[in-house]
Amino acid sequence: MSTVEMTADHDHHDHKPTGITRWLFTTNHKDIGTMYLLFSLLMLFIGGAFAMIIRLELFQPGLQFLDPIHFNQITTMHGLIMVFGAVMPGMVGFANWMIPMMIGAPDMALPRMNNWSFWLLPVAFSIMMMTPFMDGGGPAFGWTFYAPLSTTFAPKSTDFFIFSVHIMGISSIMGAINVVVTIMNLRAPGMTYMKMPLFVWTWFITAFLLIAVMPVLASVVTMMLTDRNFGTSFFEASGGGDPVMFQHIFWFFGHPEVYIMILPSFGLASAVIPTFARKKLFGYSSMVYATGSIAGLSFLVWMHHMFTTGMPLFSELFFMYATMIIAVPTGVKIFNWVATMWQGSMTFETPMLFAIAFVILFTVGGLSGVMMAMAPLDSQYHDTYFIVAHFHYVLFPGAVFGGFAGAYYWLPKWTGHMYSEGLGKTHFWLSMIFVNMTFFPMHFSGLAGMPRRIPDYSQQFADFNMWSSLGAFGLGLTQLLFVFLLIKTIRGGKAAPAKPWDGADTLEWTVPSPAPYHTFSTPPKID
Amino acid sequence: MSLENEKTLKQKNRKILFRLVVVAVGMIGFSFALVPLYNVFCSVTGINGKTGGQTTASASMQEDDSRDISIEFIAMNGKEGELEFRPRNNRMELHPGKIYSTEFYVKNLTNKAVVLQAVPSISPGSVALMLHKTECFCFTQQPLAAGEEKWMPVHFFLDSEFPKDIQKMTLQYTLYDITGKGEFGKVVSN
Repeated sequence: MSTVEMTADHDHHDHKPTGITRWLFTTNHKDIGTMYLLFSLLMLFIGGAFAMIIRLELFQPGLQFLDPIHFNQITTMHGLIMVFGAVMPGMVGFANWMIPMMIGAPDMALPRMNNWSFWLLPVAFSIMMMTPFMDGGGPAFGWTFYAPLSTTFAPKSTDFFIFSVHIMGISSIMGAINVVVTIMNLRAPGMTYMKMPLFVWTWFITAFLLIAVMPVLASVVTMMLTDRNFGTSFFEASGGGDPVMFQHIFWFFGHPEVYIMILPSFGLASAVIPTFARKKLFGYSSMVYATGSIAGLSFLVWMHHMFTTGMPLFSELFFMYATMIIAVPTGVKIFNWVATMWQGSMTFETPMLFAIAFVILFTVGGLSGVMMAMAPLDSQYHDTYFIVAHFHYVLFPGAVFGGFAGAYYWLPKWTGHMYSEGLGKTHFWLSMIFVNMTFFPMHFSGLAGMPRRIPDYSQQFADFNMWSSLGAFGLGLTQLLFVFLLIKTIRGGKAAPAKPWDGADTLEWTVPSPAPYHTFSTPPKID
Repeated sequence: MSLENEKTLKQKNRKILFRLVVVAVGMIGFSFALVPLYNVFCSVTGINGKTGGQTTASASMQEDDSRDISIEFIAMNGKEGELEFRPRNNRMELHPGKIYSTEFYVKNLTNKAVVLQAVPSISPGSVALMLHKTECFCFTQQPLAAGEEKWMPVHFFLDSEFPKDIQKMTLQYTLYDITGKGEFGKVVSN
């Protein structure tokens, strides 16, 4: 690792390299952050295109466009791409861009590894997106790839899927290690842990979660690989293994994973809300502790995904209570965001609108989570559209709206131009309407008993599904508006001052807009 | 920043990098350790319906004829049309502490030799360890020639500590075709 040479090299050449090699070989955290964010946006649209196909098929009962096997492949791809391709890299992009600037560091601590962890992603996703074109079709077992569906009964392309999960796991672990090392070693003098902006804190905790659970994901797919090809019987009952064990190991990764996706968004909301309420974040230290306890508890609740596998009463009780306890630190966070807005001089620019919608709609998703945490009720909700409504409420208006809030908030800093507030607000209001139109009816169809992951459904669910589909088409089209706005903002617009938001007080607003290629080469002084 | 400082920073970075890599590798080890841990946990508690291994009946065993426990036998077969698999008795009434036996019928309907493995499961799981088998066709692999049929025995008794509040239980066998899997297909514990 030659971090020293790289930093020295950068000191001598302040201009950036040009052409494709700039992006291929870059070790600059801003370049890498940009690439992560654009990659995530591309994946959002690919995953979104799959979602459009799913909703098109579900527009009416009956099979119109797809046969069940292709429907299942598309559902699987949609889930995998959105989770691992859109949300996670998007948040790593924010981390790359903003963490060094928020703690007064010149760059990430391990810049070469940073470059590597990004460039593994296109490789991983190229492999994954090749699988549907292979002999026997792509994976069709859902993003949770339960054994034996993913071992005994899966197509041959599953081995490629396993390989791509390995690669993106390595990428995530390296990205997380980089975040931890940067935060621990590169804080500007005077920037104590409890002075770090909350976004940095949430990412610090997320990074530890990633380092702890991505290896578990890698292990579980490795077990699948050896079960499939080398005659082991981890999940094969005839050889003494157990398919339920797959679910235990998978969800031991899977539950922390859902917090990996949402915690950075908590951080983004905690950056945006105080700025536009023109008040300090209410209860900063309680926010830090709440994030930490959510992360800690996430390791103790995995069996709430498995209430219907037939577990002992004691485990049901334990995992039910442990899950409901998570509502306490989450409630602390919601309370603090509301309290930050309370009696603030609020203005409603686009980032603030997305952040407020995030708080409201994440609460909706959180409440349906508490409903499903109750073991006796879960057997009604399990594997229905209710769970689909729940996790889309925490992921789309949760994680993705958080991402939009952050993107609008920092676009002036990234591009040096103000975005069009009118377009931004249109994007917000259309997204807000369509996201609810898409996902709210799913609560009802789920409670009425519509199972998830099916291409066809009985007549009584037709109206709910038509609403969901119409909403989804609107939601998909609305996101094109964001791309238009993004291109427009990159190409021009009103020049942005160093600090376009008068309530902002973190370090990144002390450098000019657009942020110079190298910032904080000499660390700022924090008092 | 001076060269001296950069050197110590590089060392500090590497130190944390090294520690975090150790954590990540450790978590891979932990994931694989979960497999034996899970099996130990299940065999100790009996949840999951996994039965214990082969036992021998002791002479001091007391038959408790004050209690009747009804057991149902279920034969599951993943290869409908290629195998026939069913119990001789669908139901039996048992006294704890007495040895009983029954048989399961299997017939290979194909014209190829197969090797089969039966995997037992007991419901409710809380009494899985209360059923002791002195002999069972599930302890070994069962080779069947083309068209061959046979009756496979199981001898068992219920523990005299069998809980008083349970009157009904189910013993289910699932039959798997493990032809060609060789020693890999060998069951570790049944």
